[in-house]
Amino acid sequence: MPTTVSMTVNGKKVSGSIEPRTLLVQFIRETLGLTGTHVGCDTSQCGSCVVHVDGKSVKSCTILAAQAEGSDVLTIEGVAKDGKLHPMQEAFRENHGLQCGFCTPGMVMSALDLVKNNKNPSEQQIRDWLEGNICRCTGYHNIVKAIAAGAKAMA
Amino acid sequence: MYNFEYQKAGSVADAAKAATGEAKIVAGGMTLIPTLKLRLASPSKLVDLGGIKDLVGIKAEGGGVTIGAMTTHAAVANSAEVKKAIPALADLAEGIGDPAVRNRGTIGGSVANNDPAADYPAACVALGATIVTNKRKIAADDFFTGLFETALQEGEIVTSISFPAPEKAAYQKFRNPASRYALVGVFVAKTKAGVRVAVTGAGEGGVFRKKSFEDALSKNFSAAALDGIKVDAKGLNSDIHASADYRAHIISVMAKRAVAAAK
Ligand SMILES: Cc1cc2nc3c(=O)[nH]c(=O)nc-3n(C[C@H](O)[C@H](O)[C@H](O)COP(=O)(O)OP(=O)(O)OC[C@H]3O[C@@H](n4cnc5c(N)ncnc54)[C@H](O)[C@@H]3O)c2cc1C
Ligand code: FES
Ligand code: FES
Repeated sequence: MPTTVSMTVNGKKVSGSIEPRTLLVQFIRETLGLTGTHVGCDTSQCGSCVVHVDGKSVKSCTILAAQAEGSDVLTIEGVAKDGKLHPMQEAFRENHGLQCGFCTPGMVMSALDLVKNNKNPSEQQIRDWLEGNICRCTGYHNIVKAIAAGAKAMA
Repeated sequence: MYNFEYQKAGSVADAAKAATGEAKIVAGGMTLIPTLKLRLASPSKLVDLGGIKDLVGIKAEGGGVTIGAMTTHAAVANSAEVKKAIPALADLAEGIGDPAVRNRGTIGGSVANNDPAADYPAACVALGATIVTNKRKIAADDFFTGLFETALQEGEIVTSISFPAPEKAAYQKFRNPASRYALVGVFVAKTKAGVRVAVTGAGEGGVFRKKSFEDALSKNFSAAALDGIKVDAKGLNSDIHASADYRAHIISVMAKRAVAAAK
């Protein structure tokens, strides 16, 4: 039995007809065609699917699209402005904070939520915050450097 | 995931009416949605508590705190009221999962689910919390009845949890290195009526109290008071992560650390 969901994604009002079991990540990727949000594990552990719902980082593979009805959603596609990378994205590039890039959208979205609450995070705070974001390539060190640099650039 | 109907409940009464038979409540979904994805459950309908404002929030009351069932782990971790009344409870919430899980997962969902490795059940039992439902008030000692089992009946919904403030308390968690759930978690609370010690992660039947530790600590609240008290491995979990003997040993270590850290 399809139902209709409506929400705001990256500042645009969107809606779609979906099955109730549709995950938010499926709605974002398959209905809206925004494929920057990735699915790495599908078991709620890797964080490559992190988006913001009403300003808070959540794993979009572990929330139903129907639960996000009426919400304001921000995905990685909504982060750059006017064709210019966001300072946090730029910091990932500058600091070699990615290799294959699969985890990167989730890392950036998690990092932005961290900096929202903590303008000048310490290295330990950054590492603790990344508990739910897994990277198979970089060894995290440059991701941590990138987030510290991104936070500075955003100040 | 099998398909299901979805309903956003407007009130607790609404939700209680809808959540009968094969229908199931969804709160933060941090346990239920992974379970549905694995097809370990096939509810006919999900009844979402997400729109019920009355279930969200933290009130300082009589020295303790009352926390609405739909309050997220992140909100508890960052709450000025909780940090003031029971800092150990804020610390515990901060140690659950990861930031994205804490932004969605709720205290009501955690206690209703009663995962044998979950953190909140230890706090509820050690602090002598009261679980408030749409039907009655249940003492934490009577609420957690076994693995994923609670005293909740069909159509019964947790609405809030009241924690009296202890004199001092601390929670120490030995994390499973992969899942980060508690391999062993020990919550120690020094209250006017004596010391209460609750252990999660280790017991075959979920959270339990450690009477021998409580007696020793009620006489002398110091880590040294636990020296030489043997923890029996009988009734403790053995799995690929740790043997029952290892868990027994870690219970002592975590309890001593909790006593030393209590504030
Ligand atoms: C990656 C990851 C790591 C995690 N790590 C930890 C950890 O370290 N420690 C820990 O304790 N937990 C951990 N969790 C679990 C997390 O804390 C869950 O949020 C919590 O166990 C369930 O809360 P929920 O609001 O998400 O409930 P849901 O998943 O929505 O519901 C869980 C169950 O409770 C029932 N229910 C929910 N609310 C109510 C209510 N008010 N009244 C009656 N029944 C209700 C539902 O019907 C369902 O059966 C982790 C989860 C994930 C995904
Ligand atoms: S895909 Fe969502 S946490 Fe891995
Ligand atoms: S850059 Fe490849 S997974 Fe992180």
